[in-house]
Amino acid sequence: MIETRSRKQSGGSEEVIKTVQFSVLRYDPKTLPAPRVDSFNVPVTKGLTVLDGLHYIKENLDSSLAWRYSCRMGVCGSCGMFINSYPRLACNTQVLELKTDTVHLKPLPNFDIIKDLVPDLSVLFEKHRSVRPFIVRRDVSIDELPSGEFFQSVEELERYLQFTYCIKCGLCMAACPTVATDRRYLGPQPLTQAYRYDIDSRDDGSDERKEEALGSHGAFRCHFAGACSEVCPKGVDPALGIQLSKRRAFVASLGLLPKKRLAAVAPPVTSAKRREGTPDAPERTVR
Amino acid sequence: MPESGFRRNQLGLVGWLSGGRYGIERYAFTLHRLTGLAILAYFLLHILVGSSRMLGEETWNSVMERLDSPVFRYGEFLVYLAFAFHALNGLRLALTELGFFLGAPRQPVFPYTSSVRRQRPLFVLVMIVAAVVVVLGGYDFFFAHPVK
Repeated sequence: MIETRSRKQSGGSEEVIKTVQFSVLRYDPKTLPAPRVDSFNVPVTKGLTVLDGLHYIKENLDSSLAWRYSCRMGVCGSCGMFINSYPRLACNTQVLELKTDTVHLKPLPNFDIIKDLVPDLSVLFEKHRSVRPFIVRRDVSIDELPSGEFFQSVEELERYLQFTYCIKCGLCMAACPTVATDRRYLGPQPLTQAYRYDIDSRDDGSDERKEEALGSHGAFRCHFAGACSEVCPKGVDPALGIQLSKRRAFVASLGLLPKKRLAAVAPPVTSAKRREGTPDAPERTVR
Repeated sequence: MPESGFRRNQLGLVGWLSGGRYGIERYAFTLHRLTGLAILAYFLLHILVGSSRMLGEETWNSVMERLDSPVFRYGEFLVYLAFAFHALNGLRLALTELGFFLGAPRQPVFPYTSSVRRQRPLFVLVMIVAAVVVVLGGYDFFFAHPVK
């Protein structure tokens, strides 16, 4: 019964195509201080993902196996792991697509291991926070007491839109050879987000990000190995963001960077009439 | 960076040196750094050899005699190979790191493409030029001025 439910979760068929061995790195600071590899046989049906396979193991073979997941659809970025020596999302990776009889699973490299396949992503989040990933305005009246939306053209939006799709899964950080040797290097994700806000026409916080993003452990430590963009499951292209931030810094160092025209705040709408038949907003549930 | 107290899983030099299952640019990254170190080592040796002239003509002649062997001549050609790759790949990096050949940011639509793929023709081009430079240099090393 459990097995059937697990297969249905994958959205695939019931027919078992083959049995694949899941070779999983196990580590538990309390009971297993030295990591070891455990192997499990998983019956694979069409469409079964690595995440489904892990569920199968947990429900049928070893309930102590630990990994992190949430949405199961490549949106939350929780289930990043090293699958056959390549950083991938477990929910986005179908076992049959790997074309192998053994699936080797390890936690994401360049992050400390909490347990089994659970990496400690707090370093990523700390670095992300350090670049102030939000709209910064020097005008306090706008920054702290916003009165309306900012004007922004489609062209201005398209300059940074690609970089907003980041789900902070950490795959790019696991693939980066510079992160592998320099723990203080910010890495592809935070640097791309720094650039994303720097070129946002609503933002005026470039100077505040400069020390982190362009310092000795910032963008200029990237040497364009390109692995971050290859592994990104959302097509964010962090390598592009970092190279463009280097270009921006270079042009700025020559004094040739055009002065940013900050987006203005849209005035409140006063003259527009409400269209007939528009329903009222529901009553507020939180006050 | 504060320690988390969890088990370290930093790839370190293995992650730096190994191209793994990533694209050709990742291998170029590793080779670029290794050839850079090789050229630096050659440069230091070159300074050391050159400075032996300060110790008199006799020392200089003796050092030159020692270096006039096939091992050093072939070694010199390896340095030339490293130089050809490093210089031309460096040119590619200088261009791409200034944002050329990467294309503009765009909406990610599956199947995703990336700036790394868009600059790949440039990578292929500089590798072809590097190969031509190596072949011409090889002709000079092995045929025009062969090792005696």
